[in-house]
Amino acid sequence: MNALDYAILFGSLLAIAAYAVWSTRGRRDFNTYMKGAAETRWLTIGLSVMATQASAITFLSTPGQGYESGLGFVQNYFGAPLALIVVAAVFLPIYRRLKVYTAYEYLGHRFDSKTRLLGACLFLLQRGLGAGITIYAPAIVLSTVMGWRLDTTIVCSGLLVVIYTVLGGCDAVSLTQKYQIGVIFAGMVAAFAVLLAKLPHGLGFTDALSLAGGFHKLEAVDFSTSFDRRYTVWSGLLGGMFLALSYFGTDQSQVQRYLSGASMRESRLGLMFNAVFKIPMQFFILLLGVLIFVFYQFERPPVYFNRTAWETAAAHEAGGRLRALEADFGAAHARERAGLETWLAARRSGDAVAEAAARATVDEAHTQVEAAREATKSDLRAAKPGAAANDSDYVFITFILDHLPHGLIGLLVTAFFAAALSSKAGELNALGSTTTVDVYRHLVRRDATDAHYVVASKCFTAFWGLVAIGFALFANLAENLIQAVNILGSIFYGVVLGLFLVAFFLRRVGGTAVFWAALGAQALVFALYSTLSISYLWYNVIGCAACMALSLVLQALIGSPRGGAARPAAA
Amino acid sequence: MKVPPDDKTTGLPGLRSWGAVYWLVMAVFVAWVVLLTVLTRMYA
Repeated sequence: MNALDYAILFGSLLAIAAYAVWSTRGRRDFNTYMKGAAETRWLTIGLSVMATQASAITFLSTPGQGYESGLGFVQNYFGAPLALIVVAAVFLPIYRRLKVYTAYEYLGHRFDSKTRLLGACLFLLQRGLGAGITIYAPAIVLSTVMGWRLDTTIVCSGLLVVIYTVLGGCDAVSLTQKYQIGVIFAGMVAAFAVLLAKLPHGLGFTDALSLAGGFHKLEAVDFSTSFDRRYTVWSGLLGGMFLALSYFGTDQSQVQRYLSGASMRESRLGLMFNAVFKIPMQFFILLLGVLIFVFYQFERPPVYFNRTAWETAAAHEAGGRLRALEADFGAAHARERAGLETWLAARRSGDAVAEAAARATVDEAHTQVEAAREATKSDLRAAKPGAAANDSDYVFITFILDHLPHGLIGLLVTAFFAAALSSKAGELNALGSTTTVDVYRHLVRRDATDAHYVVASKCFTAFWGLVAIGFALFANLAENLIQAVNILGSIFYGVVLGLFLVAFFLRRVGGTAVFWAALGAQALVFALYSTLSISYLWYNVIGCAACMALSLVLQALIGSPRGGAARPAAA
Repeated sequence: MKVPPDDKTTGLPGLRSWGAVYWLVMAVFVAWVVLLTVLTRMYA
């Protein structure tokens, strides 16, 4: 990065944060601090919901997923449109009618205090840990490739988001997210355009797709019914729907975004905006990764995309073997490239025999390329046991730094930080609100003034920000980053969703039954996660179904809730 | 509680009810799945 890139990075991030703080100055009313000034229109809500979900991990890690595994990950989002319709039609009207600040307040209305606290605590636990990952994930990748200090990157980006979230509250979060997502989209579209322009002369877009298809990178949908496969249409539709329903319907970081709408119409349209554009957005980002794969078939990539880790290991005892593997990789890649050029020429001339022969050469060379990469990963794992040997998170940033012009490098790095800050801000805002409303105001100080609760909310937001920074400073992740976040969510989300679905649809079930059922279901999910190897998306279904079924059984055992039937869903 | 008037209408041309909006969103989703299936088959 040169001076221009740094100017774009610091100028954009600081200007957006400063503008948000300036625009929301003087807002000291508790309702406005928590929900905004009730002026937010559907586009801002839609972009804010999108920005909260799409963290830096989405933009750094997803192209790497596309590079490694193709388009299949897009199925993970198949459940989102259906879930968003249910949230808009069922969850949102109830939240707005009850004028709640947090989703968990509704559990208190419907059940009792302990169930409300359970929902809030599950959220705080899950989102508190997740907040650490969203700040750690981009910092580890960017600091590694840029040569920045990891702790400085974490602390600086963490403190910036804490400052403007604490000062401006809900409106500052929505406002910054709108501009941050603008920067993100501009960066991703620019990267896509440059990538297309950099494909070899004569290789058109459809040729690139044919080539990617030959390497099984365009298998976007998989209708198989195997539980072992991580992404299928069915796991995406069912598991993905439960995950999205829980996330958009019960996760305060999202609920707070759409409750800030000027009216229910604005909130609904904001949610429908996401229902329409979520899948195309993820498809576009994955396709970017697939095209980077095509690009690197003609341009030699590093044998291992995390160059810093490779060079560190190569400087020690494993160096000789790693360099030999790199030489093997280079030779195999050169053969693969020559084979691909022959294959393309044969395709254009319509020579089927030459095309088949070239294809066989390419397949053989590609197997050797992959073998050298796998052996490198294995050696790196052996050289540093316990270290992550997954370099897919480094694919996109390597492409950016090696092949994009200055100015665009700055824009893309800004986009990654903007994404990190936008999702982080939504999470901190929600963590602070939930702690204030569901714990502090509910249990500690019930009758304080608005000004007192605003100060308390600011303190709790800052507290969670510092917890996230602390967690990020000590984190170490082995999974692909975006999967780590989804796995963590799937372990808790099913049970939380179960609590809400029981509240909405099982009106005979009371607080005591659902409380113990939720604890039992969460224990079951922990036990299954540690013993089974099924797709993590299924834990959303299992947790939710177990919570609902156990609620019914326990309610039948303990009899009718005290005072007869439970309170109605929208009490 | 009475629902505010602006919540009943969608404000979208040609889509007067929220049910119609939801059906349109579902149709867009199905169209995406069909397109992705065609892409998968075409380049398999």
